[in-house]
Amino acid sequence: MKIQQVSVFLENKSGRLSEPCRALADAGINILTLALADTQQFGILRLIVRDWKRATEVLEQAGCVVNVTEVIATEVPDRPGGLADLLNVFENAEINIEYMYAFTYRSDDKAVMIFRFEDTDAAISAMQKADVSVVNSVELYSRAGD
Amino acid sequence: MAELWHDAGCTFHPLSASDYLPQEQLRALQLHRLRAIVARAYDNVVLYRRHMVERGLTPDDIRSLDDIRRLPFTVKDDLRDSYPFGLFASPMSEVIRVHASSGTTGKPTVVAYTREDLDVWSGVMARTFAACGCQRGDIIQNAYGYGLFTGGLGAHYGAEALGATVIPISGGNTERQIMVLKDFGVTAVCCTPSYFLHIIECAQELGVDLRDLPLRIGVFGAEPWTDGMRQRIEPAAGIKAYDMYGLSEIIGPGVASECRAQDGLHIFEDHFYPEIIDPETREVLPDGEEGELVLTTLSKRAMPLLRYRTRDITTLYTEPCPCGRTVRRMRRVDRRSDDMFIIRGVNVYPSQVETALLQVEGTLPHYQIILTREDGLDRMTVEVEVTSEVFSDRVGAMEAVRQKLAHAIDHVLGIRVNLRLVEPNAIERSAGKARRVIDKRKL
Repeated sequence: MKIQQVSVFLENKSGRLSEPCRALADAGINILTLALADTQQFGILRLIVRDWKRATEVLEQAGCVVNVTEVIATEVPDRPGGLADLLNVFENAEINIEYMYAFTYRSDDKAVMIFRFEDTDAAISAMQKADVSVVNSVELYSRAGD
Repeated sequence: MAELWHDAGCTFHPLSASDYLPQEQLRALQLHRLRAIVARAYDNVVLYRRHMVERGLTPDDIRSLDDIRRLPFTVKDDLRDSYPFGLFASPMSEVIRVHASSGTTGKPTVVAYTREDLDVWSGVMARTFAACGCQRGDIIQNAYGYGLFTGGLGAHYGAEALGATVIPISGGNTERQIMVLKDFGVTAVCCTPSYFLHIIECAQELGVDLRDLPLRIGVFGAEPWTDGMRQRIEPAAGIKAYDMYGLSEIIGPGVASECRAQDGLHIFEDHFYPEIIDPETREVLPDGEEGELVLTTLSKRAMPLLRYRTRDITTLYTEPCPCGRTVRRMRRVDRRSDDMFIIRGVNVYPSQVETALLQVEGTLPHYQIILTREDGLDRMTVEVEVTSEVFSDRVGAMEAVRQKLAHAIDHVLGIRVNLRLVEPNAIERSAGKARRVIDKRKL
C-alpha cells in the first residue's frame, strides 16, 4: 500500500542534480518518477525507484544525504475535476498533504499521483472509506514497466 | 584518587612524580629555576639583555616569583625578527635539534633543543600520556605529522619514554590509519581532534566500528576544540578523549595535559611557569580570571622564552584535582585571541559559533564561517553540512532546521548570519588543523 520514496539533499548550485542521477544510472537503477523541491538555499530531490534499498545504498556511497519516507500512489481520473474530487476526500477527513507530484505515465483514462501526507495511515483509511483506489508498489512498478 | 587509579588500572610512572610536588617545594623549585633561566637569557641572548637593560634590570633583581612581572613580554614577532637562530642561548655545537612552526605569513618560527631539552620534552610528554591513562604495554598510534612540526616527534619521544609501543604513522592516508588501528590492536591514538573526527567518518564509510577495537584513549591537541566535540568523539569511537596543550615556541606538545578527571589541563609547572594577563591592558590577573596565557620556560637551555604571550585564552585554577596532582590546572583552550575576528564591531570566536550549533540537536560541528564584504557591509555566512539525522524530505522541516541554526547563532553572538545548509563533505577536511574561518573581506 505504502510506497517508499527516496529523498536526497541538494545544494542549490549548478550541477548538483546530475551527481545522484549519475550514481543511480551507473548502478543501473531506473527512476520511475521524481519531483524536485527547491528553495533559494537548497533543494530536495524525491525519487520513486523499484529497489529503494539499493538506491539508498548507492546514493549514500556517492556521498549523498538520503532519507526514506512513505508515500501513497493513487489513481486520479484523467478528466477535469478528477484531482479536485480526490482532494475533497482529504479535505473532508481533515488530512494534511505535505506535497504531491504526478507519475510520468498514465493508464487508460487514469493518471497516477504520489501523495506525501503528514499522517499516512489516516490518509489510507480516508481513501478506503471514499473508495479511492490506492496503487500498491508491485502494481505500480509493473505498470511503470520497470 | 585511589578510585581513579583503580579505574584506570594505572601504575604510577616515576616521571610523573613532579606532578604531585607539595606547593611550597614546587614554588621554591620554580623560583630557583626562574633565577637561573633569567640569568642564562641575560647572558646569552641579545634581545633579553636589551629588554632588561632598558628597564634597568639585572638578573639579581628577580628575588621572588612575583618579580617575574618586572620582565617585559616576549611576542611572536620577536621570534620572527630574530629568524632563524637569533634567540638561541646555546652554541650550535650544543643544539641537537631544531623544529619550525608553519608560518602563515612568510618565514617560519624556528625553535631549538639541546640534549637536556629533548630529555625534558620527552619527560613532559610521557607525563602527558600517563595523565591520560596510557602506560607501558599500550600501543600508541601517533598520527601527528613528523617533521619540522613539533607534534609528531614530541609525541613519539614521550610515548617511548613512557615505555609504550609507538606506531610512527604520521598524518594523512586515513584508510591506512584505520587499517593499522584495527590490525595492530592499537589502544591509544594521538592526532588533532578534527582529524580524528575525519577518521571516525572514514571508518564508518569503510564499515569499521571503532567501538569494537581495543582502542580506549585519544590524546588530542594542536588546535582548539570543545566539550561538544568530545561528546561526539567519545561515544562514536568508544574511547576517552583527552586534551593536551603545547606550542612549539615553548617546547611543543607537553606543556599541559588533562587527567582522567577531564576537568582542566594540568600545567607541568616545574618547567613552564604560567601567568594570565588581560590581553588589552597586559595586567596580570589573579588565578580564576580569564585572560591570555603567558608562559616562561623554566628549564629550557637552547631557547629560553621569558613571559611569552601565547595568544591562547584560558583561566588558571588552583582547586585540588581528584587525581591528586598538585600542579595548577588551566581551562581547556577553545579559542585564541588571534582566531578572533571582528564583524560589525562584535568580537567573535569560532568556538562561540560551534557552541551555538551544538545547542541545536543532532547537528555535527562540520561548519565553516565565511566573511565577505558587500557594499561596505560585512556579512557572515555559516555553512553547515546536512546530516542524515536532520535531513527530511519536507522543505518546511529543512527550512526550520536552517532557521533554528541561524537563530542559535544569532542568540549567542547577537549577529544575524546567513546560514547555508551544504551537502556532506562540501566543507574541505584537512589532515591537520581545521580551517574554521575564511575571511574574504578586503580590508
